[in-house]
Amino acid sequence: MFAYTLRRLALTVPVLLGVATLVFALIHLVPGDPAEAMLGESAPAADLAELRTKLGLDRPLLVQYQAYVFGLVRGNLGTSFRYNTPVAREIGQRLGRTAQLALAAMAVSILVALPLGVLGALYRGQWVDQVATTVSLLGVAMPNFWLGPLLAIVFAVSLGWLPVSGTGSWQHLVLPAVTLGGALAALLARMTRATLIDELRELYVLAARARGVSSARAVISHALRNSLIPVVTIIGLQLGAVLTGTIITETIFAWPGVGRLLIQAISFRDYPLVQGCILFIATTYVTMNLLVDLVYGWIDPRIRYQ
Amino acid sequence: MTRRAGPIIILLTIAAAVIGPVLVPHDAIAQDLPMRLNGPSWSHPLGMDELGRDLLARLLMGARISLFVGVSVVGVSALVGTIIGALAGYLGGVADAIIGRVMDVLLAFPGILLAIALVAVLGPSLRNVVLALVTIGWVGYARLVRGQVLKIRELDYVQAIRAQGASLARVLRAHVIPATFSAVSVQATLGMAGAIIGEASLSFLGLGVQPPTASWGTMLDAGRSHLFDAPHLTIVPGLAIALLVLGFNFTGDALRDRLDPRL
Repeated sequence: MFAYTLRRLALTVPVLLGVATLVFALIHLVPGDPAEAMLGESAPAADLAELRTKLGLDRPLLVQYQAYVFGLVRGNLGTSFRYNTPVAREIGQRLGRTAQLALAAMAVSILVALPLGVLGALYRGQWVDQVATTVSLLGVAMPNFWLGPLLAIVFAVSLGWLPVSGTGSWQHLVLPAVTLGGALAALLARMTRATLIDELRELYVLAARARGVSSARAVISHALRNSLIPVVTIIGLQLGAVLTGTIITETIFAWPGVGRLLIQAISFRDYPLVQGCILFIATTYVTMNLLVDLVYGWIDPRIRYQ
Repeated sequence: MTRRAGPIIILLTIAAAVIGPVLVPHDAIAQDLPMRLNGPSWSHPLGMDELGRDLLARLLMGARISLFVGVSVVGVSALVGTIIGALAGYLGGVADAIIGRVMDVLLAFPGILLAIALVAVLGPSLRNVVLALVTIGWVGYARLVRGQVLKIRELDYVQAIRAQGASLARVLRAHVIPATFSAVSVQATLGMAGAIIGEASLSFLGLGVQPPTASWGTMLDAGRSHLFDAPHLTIVPGLAIALLVLGFNFTGDALRDRLDPRL
């Protein structure tokens, strides 16, 4: 396990460096002069020169890159042009909200998907299964930027049960969490149904039933447990999709997290903040994938030797 | 059922995008402010938007944008990805290692995040949306083709052609790449759905097609401010996106069932 962990860590370092290099290159892709893009065409030459010095754009490219990478190692993501505060602090202030939303979305998707998948498998081909399959198919096809406003129309505008946007109570979290978790719920429900159907055909389930175990118990304590292994794999693989999904969901519901900060930073052309947010989301994504891989290696020893 | 539904949805959308604007008597960008936010009526079957523009005309204009983005992103990504993947798989060695590392970094990056980043710095426009989606799109094709070519290059007929002294370009173009077409065509069909969602996501965030041009994503974005007084602005373009995406997903699945002998 130790060797496997080291090997996976060693593979992650060059990827992280590549991600950092890509993010560094972003500001140099800005057409024309990034300082002019941020301050506007009519900005005085002195202000432009000052901003170029502040961003380090007047130094040779290699020196800029070196300073950037050394800064990252020390946790320095630069200074926000709009707020005039460290980028790391701006992200830190919103991190909790994004984590709260992502965790709530995962919880919603699991709570919806498991019963839907189990019902589909138990009543295969019957109307319950058809309803469950249709619901999950719709969930996969509906992009979250449509699902969110639709939920808002029904539950906030028509019924008045939940607030349309903002934060402050648990009710504010419901619509964003369902919007973000919807697609994952649909995927998990389909997966649970398919694997449970396979598992119910196994001889050990038949043997349990022959021993007089009730149908419900055979499903819940025997088949379902085994069918959950691929489902847990999908949950791990989808962590990243949930993380990037927060960008759109936070924008729809004015949820003050890192995703919304990124979109606001783009509209203000606050490039240091844009770079910081993108680097932060990408690094979290890579790190989560690493952790998921390590957990699998720990759960299933066969993975370590592949 | 889904096997037929997919191609039917796609063909209807193409027909609507091509001949629709001719049949609808309204201009997609002409404003009629007193009529703003009006619901469906005989003269405007889908109602009017926040600037008094006919929603049906804008929906048809949006269909053209979605299909254009889908075809151009998938076309360029598949072409670039196939060539790079075939070279990596066929040549192996240093070329494969370098291409492999670049692909690792791009695959480690969440796709839509990289697209957002690129459009954020290049500026919002239809051209930059296509460029951003191609930048993240080619990797999937390259990885798929590389895997296929690793197997194909060892087959006897390829070895025989190489032994006859055929050039690298000829071996790849005439014998190796055509053998990957069925796998690429499945991925391309599913990729159309991904590109359409990608364009709509970027436009929804204000990073894609710019007004007054209509895109289904920008129409949804505009509808967000009128959830209370004009929900049809949200329902109509969202339904169009979901249907077309479903159409390409159904078609991709059906194509895979037909082309993959193991299924």
